[in-house]
Amino acid sequence: MNQVIISAATEGETNPLVPNVWEMGVVLVGFAVLMFIVVKFVVPMFEKTFAERAEAIEGGIAKAEKAQAEASAALEEYKQQLTDARAEANRIREEARAEGAQILADLKEKAAAESARITAQAHVQIESERQAAVVSLRSEVGTLATTLAGRIVGEALTDDERAARVVDRFLADLENQNAGATQ
Amino acid sequence: MHLPAILPWGAAEGFSKQMLLVLLSVAFIAVFFVLAARKQQLVPGKLQFAGEAAYGFVRNGIAKDIIGGRDFMKYVPLLFSLFFFILVNNIYGAIPFFQLPTFSHVGGAYVLAGIVYFTWIAIGIKKNGLRYFKLATVPSGVPWYILPIVIPIEIISNFLVRPVTHSLRLFATMLAGHLIVMIAGYGIEFLIMQENILLKGTSLLVLGGAIAMYMLEALIMVLQAYVFTLLTAIYIEGALHADSH
Repeated sequence: MNQVIISAATEGETNPLVPNVWEMGVVLVGFAVLMFIVVKFVVPMFEKTFAERAEAIEGGIAKAEKAQAEASAALEEYKQQLTDARAEANRIREEARAEGAQILADLKEKAAAESARITAQAHVQIESERQAAVVSLRSEVGTLATTLAGRIVGEALTDDERAARVVDRFLADLENQNAGATQ
Repeated sequence: MHLPAILPWGAAEGFSKQMLLVLLSVAFIAVFFVLAARKQQLVPGKLQFAGEAAYGFVRNGIAKDIIGGRDFMKYVPLLFSLFFFILVNNIYGAIPFFQLPTFSHVGGAYVLAGIVYFTWIAIGIKKNGLRYFKLATVPSGVPWYILPIVIPIEIISNFLVRPVTHSLRLFATMLAGHLIVMIAGYGIEFLIMQENILLKGTSLLVLGGAIAMYMLEALIMVLQAYVFTLLTAIYIEGALHADSH
């Protein structure tokens, strides 16, 4: 209680609006020192950090944009290459198909020619063999028949002229017979 | 609770507790922000983040918003120093043991308001020349016959009352808050020493009220630091753009 009165009394003596000059001096000096430190160190350091950070962020954005542009360019290139490759493949396939068709046609033609040739050759051979057979038959059958007739008749029919006449007559009869049989 | 006064309290001379606290605040603010800003990492640590948030509050929240985008950087150091100097010195009042908001002694408030006063007048003159005084006292668009009334009012409000209110607002809120908490403390002490048990009990009510007042005071301490800095920014802005007001 006494303390309250005493302190109230001492406070009352001094007008609170009248400043203590020494206190003003301390505040002035203290604030000046603070201002100096802030101007000299604190603000520049913070501003430098802010600037670096902004630059880092903006630089990062620029880098990302560049990477994106590169990636889309590469994609474009790959697409182009893919289209080219497809066109190339198509072209090759078409060529192969055309070539194959050509080869097939050639082979067919060659085969047809070969078969025609073989057929023709066979015809010729058959014809010649038939001729040979006819000729050989004609002479052999004549000989055989003459021999046979000689034996049967029992006389030597060595007179060629007569024998040939007999044989011719015989063969003519035989052909007539054959013709009658086939008719 | 209180540190003892180092030398006689009311005395005009001698090194007082208030002076010690002022110097301590300078050391504390300087050390804190230099440590926080020193590392300059792109991804800040906890201390750097706290420092940057505090610095950014004054830089962007006060200087950039009030003064504007182009030339606010020049005034950031002043506003930053003012805000944290006043803030720490006010908060002393809420810290047990220190328990003295240093601006409850009017001298410091006079000094700071004086620095701001001369700063914004100097800025106005530098920016507009001597024409600044005409711009600051003769509002445009006012009919000539009202000017004789308006001009004295403008002179008084801008050049005489402004520094007074600027300093006394800070000083008065700090002194009043300090006194209220102190009186509540003495009141509790007085009531608790009474013989009557009921009268003793009422000290609890005073204690509740004192705690509420203490909280309010803590809020006002922060708020007054902000208000003082905000007004400084507004005065500087007014001096810079006097021709558009």
